[in-house]
Amino acid sequence: MSKRIEVNDLNVYYSSFLAVEGVSLEIEPRTVTAFIGPSGCGKSTFLRTLNRMHEVIPGARVQGEVLIDGNNLYDSAVDPVLVRRQVGMVFQRPNPFPTMSIKENVLAGVRLNNKRMSKADADDLVEKSLQGANLWNEVKDRLDRPGSGLSGGQQQRLCIARTIAVSPEVILMDEPCSALDPISTLAIEDLIEELKQEYTIVIVTHNMQQASRVSDKTAFFNIAGTGKPGKLIEYDDTTTMFSNPSVKATEDYVSGRFG
Amino acid sequence: MTSAPPASAITAKPRPGDRVFSTATVVAGTLILVTLAAVAIFLVAQSLPAFTAESADFKGDADNFWQYVGPLVFGTLWAAALALIMAIPIALGIALFISHYAPRRLAQGLGYVVDLLAAVPSVVFGLWGISVLAPAVQPFYTTLTEWFGWFPLFAGPVSGTGRTILTVAVVLAVMVLPIITALCREVFLQTPVLHEEAALALGATRWEMIKLAVLPFGRPGIISAAMLGLGRALGETMVVAMVLSPAAIISFALLQSQNPTTIAANIALNFPEAHGVGVNILIATGLILFVITLAVNMIARYIVDRRKEFSGAN
Repeated sequence: MSKRIEVNDLNVYYSSFLAVEGVSLEIEPRTVTAFIGPSGCGKSTFLRTLNRMHEVIPGARVQGEVLIDGNNLYDSAVDPVLVRRQVGMVFQRPNPFPTMSIKENVLAGVRLNNKRMSKADADDLVEKSLQGANLWNEVKDRLDRPGSGLSGGQQQRLCIARTIAVSPEVILMDEPCSALDPISTLAIEDLIEELKQEYTIVIVTHNMQQASRVSDKTAFFNIAGTGKPGKLIEYDDTTTMFSNPSVKATEDYVSGRFG
Repeated sequence: MTSAPPASAITAKPRPGDRVFSTATVVAGTLILVTLAAVAIFLVAQSLPAFTAESADFKGDADNFWQYVGPLVFGTLWAAALALIMAIPIALGIALFISHYAPRRLAQGLGYVVDLLAAVPSVVFGLWGISVLAPAVQPFYTTLTEWFGWFPLFAGPVSGTGRTILTVAVVLAVMVLPIITALCREVFLQTPVLHEEAALALGATRWEMIKLAVLPFGRPGIISAAMLGLGRALGETMVVAMVLSPAAIISFALLQSQNPTTIAANIALNFPEAHGVGVNILIATGLILFVITLAVNMIARYIVDRRKEFSGAN
């Protein structure tokens, strides 16, 4: 189910503004990779290029290659819709569809791809996905209640359930815990640990402890100043990044001396 | 229960700005209620004699008030319903095009054009209906009755002038289109980006994103917009009065020369020469229109409220 991601010399532009410059990295299957760096350094922008979600923003475009198991996402024949079905995304603020019940939320993505499924199959998938997101026990008695009635942490796990219900290859998480309290954050971090068994996970975070707790590898992004493009400064095993980084800026950032 | 000493109650210091503002809102709110009450009292008081009127007092061959008002109520609802059936899908299409498909430049221009349409007086629409639309659609109506005359709605004999209830409904649809479009456009533009991105990230195409995020979010707004449009269609006077030559009948046929008229148009046409109880009868039909509009709005409110907890407002 999980796939390898390879990025070659990727530039991201907003119209004529170069937002991210020259990123090359490789992400192994069934690992958690954390992107860290100060605000505005382009890590979220870069994350969005991994499933072409940046294209939603008018004027955004990329140069370079993103290969998922050797297939270039930016090949002219590739449909961004199909890319997003393989590479799921969880956002900063929990965003379950407010007009749908918990169950409908989980099935929302599946119903797009998969014409019609029997009620039994649908129920199985709902249970499996909610269990996968560690939410089943909390909501199993109220699957027909609106998703927006859950707490923030539960809503975020509902969004993760919705994402894994379509069986993606890769899950991208854009600061998934930044709107949550510490207990909910812990629940999501435990979940990431479990999801790693099946999926390739890329997570953007501002929380250094979180990066060191959940990730196998860490990428540090930085900008030279306002209006300058963001760059990948260092990319290595998380333990190395946090104990013995090879670049001074990384060391300053992870030890809290700036940013 | 322990009773707290009254002195400990915390009261906010009255500030002049707050008082002016709260008084202003109370006055505004009261004013609308008073106006509405005044209209309602006028309608009820003036229409009482109509309910006991003799059959000689009614125009046409109605024996009592209900027989008189029946065809008018039918005509009002039928014309408005036809207009909405045509206007809503087109309005939704235009609104979605402006909010989610058109390039920004074009969207803005189109928005202005639609708003402009709302500013055209209804007399102009009436003239357009008589002199342009009716002659233009008449040949089409003839073909329709020839081919689909077996279908009750399109049954013959076809009207020779094209001035039928369907023509009226088309003009009404054009008239209510801007109001529905403008409201829907505003509602669609308010769709949270978060929800749109959620749909796109699941692999939704643009249309699927609209189905998943935009339309469900906009549903209460769409219903409100449709009800405002319906209100205008129900109460529209000039177009119906100008285009139709009325008959006191209940008929679903769209293309014949005998057409039911609407309450508002009937009042406008008959009021100048009405006297005595005749005036009361016309005012009573106005009361019925008032009640219909009220009922329609209450039903709409009920529909919107029914799924309140799924509205995303909580």
